[in-house]
Amino acid sequence: MKSPVMTASGTFGYGLEYSQLIDVKKFGAIVTKTITLEPRIGNPQPRIVEVTGGMLNSIGLENPGAKVFIEEKLPKLKGYGVPIIANISGSREAEFVKLADLLKDIGLSGLELNISCPNVGYAGLFAQDADTTYKLVRKVRKVTSLPLIVKLTPNVTDITLIARAAEDGGANAISLINTLIGMSIDIQTKRPKLANVVGGLSGPAVKPVALRMVYEVSKKVRIPVIGMGGIMTSDDAIEFLLAGASAVAIGTANFVNPNTCCEIIEGIKRYMKNNKFSNILDIVGRINE
Amino acid sequence: MKIFNVKKEIIENKKVSSNCYRMTFESKEIACRVKPGQFLHIKCSDTYDPLLRRPISVHSIENNVIGILYKVIGRGTGLLSKKTSGDTIDVIGPLGNGFDYQLVSNCQLPILVGGGIGIAPLYFLAQRLVERGSNITVLIGADTKYNILCVDELKKLDCKVKVSTDDGSAGISGTVVDLLKNELIPANSKFKIQNAKFKIFTCGPVPMLKQVNQLASKYNVSSQVSLERQMACGVGACMGCSIKIRNPKSEIRKNKMFDYKQVCKDGPVFDIKEIAWEEM
Repeated sequence: MKSPVMTASGTFGYGLEYSQLIDVKKFGAIVTKTITLEPRIGNPQPRIVEVTGGMLNSIGLENPGAKVFIEEKLPKLKGYGVPIIANISGSREAEFVKLADLLKDIGLSGLELNISCPNVGYAGLFAQDADTTYKLVRKVRKVTSLPLIVKLTPNVTDITLIARAAEDGGANAISLINTLIGMSIDIQTKRPKLANVVGGLSGPAVKPVALRMVYEVSKKVRIPVIGMGGIMTSDDAIEFLLAGASAVAIGTANFVNPNTCCEIIEGIKRYMKNNKFSNILDIVGRINE
Repeated sequence: MKIFNVKKEIIENKKVSSNCYRMTFESKEIACRVKPGQFLHIKCSDTYDPLLRRPISVHSIENNVIGILYKVIGRGTGLLSKKTSGDTIDVIGPLGNGFDYQLVSNCQLPILVGGGIGIAPLYFLAQRLVERGSNITVLIGADTKYNILCVDELKKLDCKVKVSTDDGSAGISGTVVDLLKNELIPANSKFKIQNAKFKIFTCGPVPMLKQVNQLASKYNVSSQVSLERQMACGVGACMGCSIKIRNPKSEIRKNKMFDYKQVCKDGPVFDIKEIAWEEM
């Protein structure tokens, strides 16, 4: 990767949407919005609610399906010359396996398994149980040689157990965190603000939780950890690197400032220069305790 | 089309009704590209509170000066209203698709139907239509006379302006839909007139738009509608602002016969017949 900064799935579409506004060539990788085997219509409106320090969403994995991704989105994405990582999800193990198989020889740089989306009835279950996580990753591992990143949910008692299960199943990296489950209520109507009642919290509010989880998990696994959750600035990103992340992904910040990834890349370079670090690994996990 | 993220000095930010403000700033990049109906994504605060940008339609273009007309609804627009000339504003645009006003032929009569703050993008449309030589009728509705916007400005453009208020304090007592009904069926006509000569452009609250749709459908008048939705990204990446669109051939959900489109990327302007209004 050219840089340790990538996009977080679901916040950057298929990379094409922002191409008129920013130079995506500098990114370490583009992680696509989740792709499922069949198209998904997503959840009812309203799907977005702003809360203090963040936002709640219940998009529900709306996406055009694998066929449209392969035929229409990917050829354009490849034109950027940036590693493309497809984020995939399914309602059953078999769907993950079928998707991974379908996507193995089409020029992707990796797959991110979304076993942690809080907005669909099923997928949260995978990453909330170590054994289920292990079995799923192991089955997907068997059908593809692409690097496998497993994205975990923070909505568990001990995330390190799930991370280790993913590693044991054959994951090449762990990405965390997905959104925290939250809700918001309109006190006048007394109704939930999201049509789906609950949704995923992202944005600056979740950063301390994400940082803690990256810190804990990176001590317990040997594979790289990609840190994400409320990163808005290069200082935030450097905190994640110091906590043990080998790379970071930018999500909600893209909505606020589409140039965030580029600014963070420059900020990390400045930090390295000022601290006389020549390699990004000089920062990773170098928290002073 | 190229999208810009610019930081510009505010020229003016002026209160124009009990809860609406008109702000101007200069941006050649955006002004020379923006079409009526397109919108800007505006950062209302220098901090992360509120976090997300606010989608606000372009209200006017004079040379390279962009005007926005916005209603103070929550914290974001509240902060925006506190900004004064000389302050900086962070803007992304132009975004979305605008009105297809170039399809209006010389023999067609555009009727612009604005409810409340819905008049905001229609004024810019009126500017462009007048430049093309159209004779425009603008129908404006509000709750009370204090919230009727843009009447003088539209009259200066030589538009025919009619007003309705819920409380009867200005114009007719009723809704803008009543005005539209009168426009489509003149009171002295015993017969349904040929409405192919009209073209409706509308923006306003959803209940009003639903009624405009019913009228447009009843009298077979071609109509375009500008929708408002809460957004996160503004460019079609997050799928937060999806709405249901009629499509009998939908592959996504055959039995329901609709697809999703994004208000930010595919809209905010749609053909009124496209929208699955019963789902709004």
